[in-house]
Amino acid sequence: MKIFRSHVLVCGGTGCSSSKSALIRERFIEKIKEVNLDNEVQVIGTGCFGLCEEGPVVIIYPEGSFYARMTVDRVDEIVEEHLLKGRIVRKYLFDESAREEKLKALSEVDFYKKQKRVALRNCGLINPENIHEYIARDGYFALGKVLTEMTPDEVIKLVKDSGLKGRGGAGFSTGMKWSFAAPNKADQKYVICNADEGDPGAFMDRSVLEGDPHAVLEAMAIAGYAIGATKGFIYVRAEYPIAVHRLKIAIAQAKELGLLGKNLFNSGFDFDIEIRLGAGAFVCGEETALMQSIEGKRGMSRNKPPFPANKGLWGKPTIINNVETLANIPQIIIKGPEWFKSFGTEKSPGTKVFALGGKINNTGLVEVPMGTTLREVIYDIGGGCPNGKEFKAVQTGGPSGGCLTKVHLDTPIDYENLTAVGSMMGSGGMIVMDEDNCMVDIARFFLDFTVDESCGKCTPCREGTKRMLEILDKIAEGKGTMEDLDKLEKLAVNIKETSLCGLGQTAPNPVLSTLRYFKDEYEAHVNEKRCPAGVCQSLLKYIITMDCKGCTKCARICPSGAIEGKVREIHVINQDKCIKCGACMEACTFHAIIKK
Amino acid sequence: MKSLEELKKLRDESIKNVEMRNTDKDIRVVVGMATCGISAGARPVLSAFVEEVSKRNLSNVSVVQTGCIGMCTLEPIVEIYAPDKEKVTYIHVDSEKAKRIVSEHLVNNRVVFEYTIGSENQQ
Repeated sequence: MKIFRSHVLVCGGTGCSSSKSALIRERFIEKIKEVNLDNEVQVIGTGCFGLCEEGPVVIIYPEGSFYARMTVDRVDEIVEEHLLKGRIVRKYLFDESAREEKLKALSEVDFYKKQKRVALRNCGLINPENIHEYIARDGYFALGKVLTEMTPDEVIKLVKDSGLKGRGGAGFSTGMKWSFAAPNKADQKYVICNADEGDPGAFMDRSVLEGDPHAVLEAMAIAGYAIGATKGFIYVRAEYPIAVHRLKIAIAQAKELGLLGKNLFNSGFDFDIEIRLGAGAFVCGEETALMQSIEGKRGMSRNKPPFPANKGLWGKPTIINNVETLANIPQIIIKGPEWFKSFGTEKSPGTKVFALGGKINNTGLVEVPMGTTLREVIYDIGGGCPNGKEFKAVQTGGPSGGCLTKVHLDTPIDYENLTAVGSMMGSGGMIVMDEDNCMVDIARFFLDFTVDESCGKCTPCREGTKRMLEILDKIAEGKGTMEDLDKLEKLAVNIKETSLCGLGQTAPNPVLSTLRYFKDEYEAHVNEKRCPAGVCQSLLKYIITMDCKGCTKCARICPSGAIEGKVREIHVINQDKCIKCGACMEACTFHAIIKK
Repeated sequence: MKSLEELKKLRDESIKNVEMRNTDKDIRVVVGMATCGISAGARPVLSAFVEEVSKRNLSNVSVVQTGCIGMCTLEPIVEIYAPDKEKVTYIHVDSEKAKRIVSEHLVNNRVVFEYTIGSENQQ
């Protein structure tokens, strides 16, 4: 095999790809050829490095130089300086790594320092389209070990002992799930990988699939052996084209090397995996709806029991595991349950991947041990809110979760703690909000999403969430009453108790948690007809202050002719005519227009 | 795939390529690769180090390049850094010398004095 003296790793995750990392990669390849270094330097596309905010990201080894916010224009200089002459181009390095005289190693940068990468261990380090790089990182050794040295019962016991819980949201013990399906006799059983990641702002599973697809394939085969299934399906949304593409390559490569297919490791065990594309319905992340969708039916949830472990896909015993859960399995097998339990909390061992988004400096993907506090994730790793704004709340668990406030910042993150304070772990989306976010508006946003995504099968979810949204609309328009708040809460509790599946049972959470922690904001909307954050349009008022110089710019720009005033005199907005478009505020050179 | 041994063989072949991305190594071989170094023949030296280190599976050694070290007449210059040891500077290195430095200095821990900058001063 050819040995290169330097590797240029260009992020090929969805985030960096959308900021043209593919062009950067092409230019590297071209330029390296131009200067005759193509025999010495290898250019590789990888999965997500995690620090999406600083993307497109390029890392050059062996130095481990971290070039941030790359552009095509910078490629030539980096090739000529760094690769040809050995001079790291400091001005293009990630700011923090180059701030001091001595360059900081990547693992020393604040963003990575507190992270513990288990599920993401290969993301950004290997070429996901090359099975050899996965094998070089001990890939498929867990499968080999399981098939040659362990019985299915031993595998299940090991996974149970590790305490691994489903990372998709509900947090059910993975080993238990497997143990329910294993004893069921059937001519065919199935393993499904749930990659229907639907929470707005969540991209953990996508990144694992894009960065380390073989880890998921290997884990599925292990699960298949444990429960006696020979067939696996990956249910992934069609809107993840890069993930799908890499999965297809990974499956083909694994088959070619005989790591999927017949008689693996000469053990007599067969396992095969197929991809099923989902159309992107949120409810299809719910396991019963997901199976319906794989069967070619409309994705709607059904009653449980029967549980999938007894009657699942096409009526056969089936287990369904989330992408991140599976990505943990091979390492648990190799390193043992005690290793896995050595980080995290007693009840929630291991790590969790979070997608940090919203009003936060370091948007990106982080993996931390369970029990890390929200403060560490948001401030130490995430870098806090941008522009010096004050942190207000963090939404965890997406549309099924809730908002947590400043008082929860020191809560250690695990399944139990988040549930106790009225939110949930969910799949790992973490959306940070600052003082400019209105909590009524946030609740409305998430509810609007679940109303759209309700499959419509059961009445509480179909009708109830719609009614809740109507009440929220009323409040946001300043037409709400205190009675509405009571009604909202009552309805929310009823929907939670009576809905058929997880979607309806958790849909009211964003409303309930905001009602609980930000009641004052709801009351301001209802009683004072005021939106404290200045978001809800109907309650806004644009006002011209004494700073007005009378330049007439605003009066000329106002589309509804609502601003009156003479030259060099303070102007006034006619509130009846104002359509609250904000054009005047943007146009004013003297910052004399404020919204209240 | 028929056995764990077969997989191990495959891993050992593949690992050489990925090993370089581990930045957590103790020993650093730094090759001067500015214009002066390159024109004096540093490029084949760098390649020789990379190949030898990989061939001998020295997973503790990283081979990196640097800019002009300052004494252009002595190029190609190679410096070897190891924890708790003094830096060793080799001068006028070529690919044959590089191989010897790897086998004696890096593998057997014996500095090749005749190639070092110190030996030049004594002449």
